[in-house]
Amino acid sequence: MKFIDIKKCSKVYKNGVTGIADLDLEIDRGEFVFIIGTTASGKSTLIKLLYREEKPTKGMVIVGGINVAKLRNSKVYKLRRKLGVVFQDFKLLPKLTVYENVAYGLNTLGLKGSEIKPKVMEALEHVGLKDKTRSFPNQLSGGEQQRVCIARAIVNNPKLLICDEPTGNLDPDTSKEIMDVIEKINKELKTTVVMATHDKDIVNRMKKRVITIENGIKVSDKMKGSYKVHESN
Amino acid sequence: MRAIRILVRSIRDAFKSVFRNFSLSIASIACIAITLILVAISLALSSNVNHFTQNIEKELSIVVYLKQDVDENRKNEIEKEIKHMASFDSLEFKSKDDWKKEMEQSLTGLEDVIKEMDSNPLYDSILVKVKNSSDLNATTNAISELEGVESANYGKDSVDQLLIIFKVIEKAMLVIVVALILVTAFLISNTIKLTIYSRRNEIEIMRLVGTSNTAIKLPFEFEGLFLGLIGSIIPVLIAIYSYIIVYDHFDGYLFSHMIELVKPNELLVYVSLILVAIGGAVGMVGSWHAVRKYLKI
Ligand SMILES: Nc1ncnc2c1ncn2[C@@H]1O[C@H](COP(=O)(O)OP(=O)(O)OP(=O)(O)O)[C@@H](O)[C@H]1O
Ligand SMILES: [Mg+2]
Repeated sequence: MKFIDIKKCSKVYKNGVTGIADLDLEIDRGEFVFIIGTTASGKSTLIKLLYREEKPTKGMVIVGGINVAKLRNSKVYKLRRKLGVVFQDFKLLPKLTVYENVAYGLNTLGLKGSEIKPKVMEALEHVGLKDKTRSFPNQLSGGEQQRVCIARAIVNNPKLLICDEPTGNLDPDTSKEIMDVIEKINKELKTTVVMATHDKDIVNRMKKRVITIENGIKVSDKMKGSYKVHESN
Repeated sequence: MRAIRILVRSIRDAFKSVFRNFSLSIASIACIAITLILVAISLALSSNVNHFTQNIEKELSIVVYLKQDVDENRKNEIEKEIKHMASFDSLEFKSKDDWKKEMEQSLTGLEDVIKEMDSNPLYDSILVKVKNSSDLNATTNAISELEGVESANYGKDSVDQLLIIFKVIEKAMLVIVVALILVTAFLISNTIKLTIYSRRNEIEIMRLVGTSNTAIKLPFEFEGLFLGLIGSIIPVLIAIYSYIIVYDHFDGYLFSHMIELVKPNELLVYVSLILVAIGGAVGMVGSWHAVRKYLKI
């Protein structure tokens, strides 16, 4: 079975808007996949289906052996422990330090302080922020804040890292830094990465698998692809 | 171990939260405190009235008047029959001459009139005590059935009337307390709702990183419990101090030894436990409601 296996999946929102229509998609363990498309094409909807923020209206979504479509609300946490999510807006807790932000999840899982520390330090090492553990989010640059988010997402060694426009708020140079960090995580930790973006430069430069969505429909799926949304019309 | 750490963490979070939103917490705490003070007053009152009516009933005798034509033999037989009754405790014969003397002493001004009477119009009587005041009524009825008994009764009406008045007061108190409990639960629920709102970012992150629903809910449920428990401390202290002061002030009796008050150590442990239990329960119900309604996970 594929690591991510989506079959005949549709998502129609309550107001009748179709987010995703009849999607088939398979992603292997360890892959690095871009989801691209114009605004409102359904990228975020697809991402939300993967971490069960939204439930599919039809079809099957399997992530790491868990049937997401059938997952009850009270069991969603089991899925979330197997993956990490990074957003455009960082969602850091402003009153907590870098260290505490990364450790937050592990704390609420009931881990011991002595178990938490090495995990947090390792995650911060991966994103190159080991010397900023005591800083608060408002003392960091945008790129640094996003790196804290990545550390928080990978601290529990997830098999899957999901990113929804992680570079959307960052300038090109910082975006490149962030992409380097994510690529390194994909290579070194063998973490599967699924990233929605409309940053042409990044997609064109990295030569990864690219899935293009238009109006909720998958219009292309290319290995070593590039950003050609408009050419496909 | 993990469960214990999650529990400790929840308790700590809940405590912080109580003090972080202190102005709101204080409203809930004050409301529960007022409610519980009323509960305490009701409890102290009702147990004292119960105690008092029980004492009074213990003192009550059945007064059995014998018919004028009952002779010494029949009188002895009646006494024997009463002694065989299950609830019989003790009896005392009081002849019509005893009654007459008593009246002469108590009805000053009329003593001459009474002395002048050549025949005694009063009845011979037997005063009967029963072991258990709840048997008063049945025993009285049984005695009045006996041959040669003119009538048998006890001071039933006065006790019953007191009980009726008290039942009304008790019911009114109950209505007020229930209404206050509802208001308090609502206030606590509202406080928790604001905590949930103020912590919505944290909740979002917890959901994202896979914190179980139980672990997310626990701090909010503890917060309600704490509000309830903190709110019950003041009423417990007030109840203990004021009851002891009242008890000492009256030396344990009201109306010159007519009413004996319940001893503080008998009453206060039970009242305190009830207050704490109600406080905790109201707090939990309030937070449970808020978590169900506002914590969408
Ligand atoms: N919660 C929602 N309720 C109703 N409609 C929604 C909801 N979320 C998204 N939509 C609609 O679904 C469609 C797809 O939205 P989605 O957020 O997936 O687009 P997107 O590709 O991520 O766009 P962008 O690049 O702007 O982030 C849009 O038409 C949007 O209005
Ligand atoms: Mg989007």
